[in-house]
Amino acid sequence: MKPVRIFEGHAVPLERSDVDTDQIIPSDWLKRVERTGFGRGLFSEWRDDPTFVLNDQSYVGASILIAGPRFGTGSSREHAVWALMDYGFVAVIAPSFGDIFRNNSSKQGLVIVQLPQEDVDELTQLVKDEPTRLIVVDVEHLRVEVPETGWQRSFDLDPMTRERLLNGWDDIGLTMRRESAITNYEATSHAPTLAGVFDENGHTS
Amino acid sequence: MGRTLFEKIWEEHVVASPEGEPTLIYIDLHLVHEVTSPQAFDGLRLNGRTVRRPDRTLATADHNVPTDPISTPVKDPVSRRQLEALEENCHEFGITVFPRGHENQGIVHVIGPELGVTQPGMTIVCGDSHTSTHGAFGSLAFGIGTSEVEHVLATQTLPQQKARTMAVIVNGKVPARVSAKDIVLAIVAKLGTGGGAGYVIEYRGEAITALSMEGRMTICNMSIEAGARAGLVAVDETTIDYLRGRPGVPEGDEFEALANRWRSYVSDADAEFDAELTIDASQLVPFITWGTNPAQVVALSGAVPSPDEYDDPDKRDTTERSLAYMGLAPGTLVRDIPVDVVFIGSCTNSRIEDLRAAAAVASGNRVAEGVRALVVPGSHRVKKQAEEEGLDQIFLDAGFEWREPGCSMCLGMNPDQLKMGQRSASTSNRNFEGRQGRGGRTHLVSPVVAAATAIKGRFATPDEVGS
Repeated sequence: MKPVRIFEGHAVPLERSDVDTDQIIPSDWLKRVERTGFGRGLFSEWRDDPTFVLNDQSYVGASILIAGPRFGTGSSREHAVWALMDYGFVAVIAPSFGDIFRNNSSKQGLVIVQLPQEDVDELTQLVKDEPTRLIVVDVEHLRVEVPETGWQRSFDLDPMTRERLLNGWDDIGLTMRRESAITNYEATSHAPTLAGVFDENGHTS
Repeated sequence: MGRTLFEKIWEEHVVASPEGEPTLIYIDLHLVHEVTSPQAFDGLRLNGRTVRRPDRTLATADHNVPTDPISTPVKDPVSRRQLEALEENCHEFGITVFPRGHENQGIVHVIGPELGVTQPGMTIVCGDSHTSTHGAFGSLAFGIGTSEVEHVLATQTLPQQKARTMAVIVNGKVPARVSAKDIVLAIVAKLGTGGGAGYVIEYRGEAITALSMEGRMTICNMSIEAGARAGLVAVDETTIDYLRGRPGVPEGDEFEALANRWRSYVSDADAEFDAELTIDASQLVPFITWGTNPAQVVALSGAVPSPDEYDDPDKRDTTERSLAYMGLAPGTLVRDIPVDVVFIGSCTNSRIEDLRAAAAVASGNRVAEGVRALVVPGSHRVKKQAEEEGLDQIFLDAGFEWREPGCSMCLGMNPDQLKMGQRSASTSNRNFEGRQGRGGRTHLVSPVVAAATAIKGRFATPDEVGS
């Protein structure tokens, strides 16, 4: 993945809680075998609605999504992350997130900024007052700020996720450094395998 | 201090715990399906990597397979391509795969247990959030994204932050006609959609141990609806009796030796959990979801809530939005709500016990005029067994459709979908907006409530229909 250190952009406030991954990308989009092109499916059930915030001209080009609590709960589909990134989002700011969605985001380099509800509300207001305000998300210093108003908050990321974002490291490559530990573990594991359970056509004896 | 079941399984699977990094844990079984794997296999090819342990990887088609007779081709070219890609990828990397129509094919969380490849003490992952189902066997099982699928294919491990533990204790006995689905809907309602986030839940108490394996799977299945990635039930004789004789386990003395080891997969008596929730089983009744998330639950004998009941503005707003989407007025009695479609199936409720319970209600009755009722067995093995028991005929005589196995209308990736504005009673796990088809309105219920609802044409409990 691409390294992310610090970036600035406009934000768009979603102002909905419990936006599950079915809302982020409906299942119809999950039939594809490619990893690209999911941006068109982002929030697709809501995109036809002219009053939906992504259709508001004031927020065109926003790269930061401000969402409500429990964003990305439900289905494990990583397509939700691909859709957000393909649409152009670099970060999501919300009071809480679904666990699997948070994990998936970290693998793709979508920055997850968790802030207390009142901070998210303040930021939402700042953006609604003036949609052209630039927001800075600083992964290195774990800070989000609105330079124009001096509004600034810190956020948490587990140290490894931060390192991986900063360096654009591939998780699999990192794990492969532990090859000998994996081999050693396998030598001692007595967990059964599928060997001998099925024949080459998948039938049981 | 004693250890919880989760801690025992976790500690047995630590490959490396480097300072300042997540723990690397070993994955004993990786289940794969067509929807969340093609991009992972592509990633392997792109990087010249291979599948480390094909003998710990098992694949099946389930999410987008049509449930029409197997002899009819898959009409949707995009779905067909994805199903073909699964087979091609599995053949290329040496993975056992059950394509559409194979005798072992079915919903991934139904076939793992019924084949006996889901076993106590294992770590099990799958690119599907309902992988928590397998926790019913005292195994640590959780859903992962496609990047993690690729990671497990390549390394058979996953870097993981250790979860906190939560005990959900269901004390006492459930009243008659209250099913495992009602228990878990009550739990999700109590915890909310985010209450379990960061936790592995262990379900405990008399009402849980009294459940069959099918019932325990229904409970563990919906852990994710409360935000928990995994749910567990301790191993007991019910677990062992279920697994005895299954294809994936050895026979005779070898099995008994294995079973003895499995018996240690319980939390120690003095183990402490980070959080605890206690529920009185005697207070449980048949439940139904009224809104657009699985925590929006009311008693079937109750009424749809009003936004005015809540002080919290966020909750008021969510309630309003949900009511609008569901086309419901506050205060409407649940029993007065008519349905268009009834779906009996999904990894929550498509096992033989679910079908038996629904068939007992359907027997001798007729599906109401204008209602479409589908029964979709969880797997070909479930379907075969149900047919041997004559359940298919009971359903067909009552006017239900008897279909081929798959995920079907649970997520509407195949042609089994709700039309705009249609309302369903569904034994599945998610009532999200558009989940079963664009503009569709889903109410989650147990199999017996689904069957009774099909007959009455409005939400109903089995005691309202003669059976």
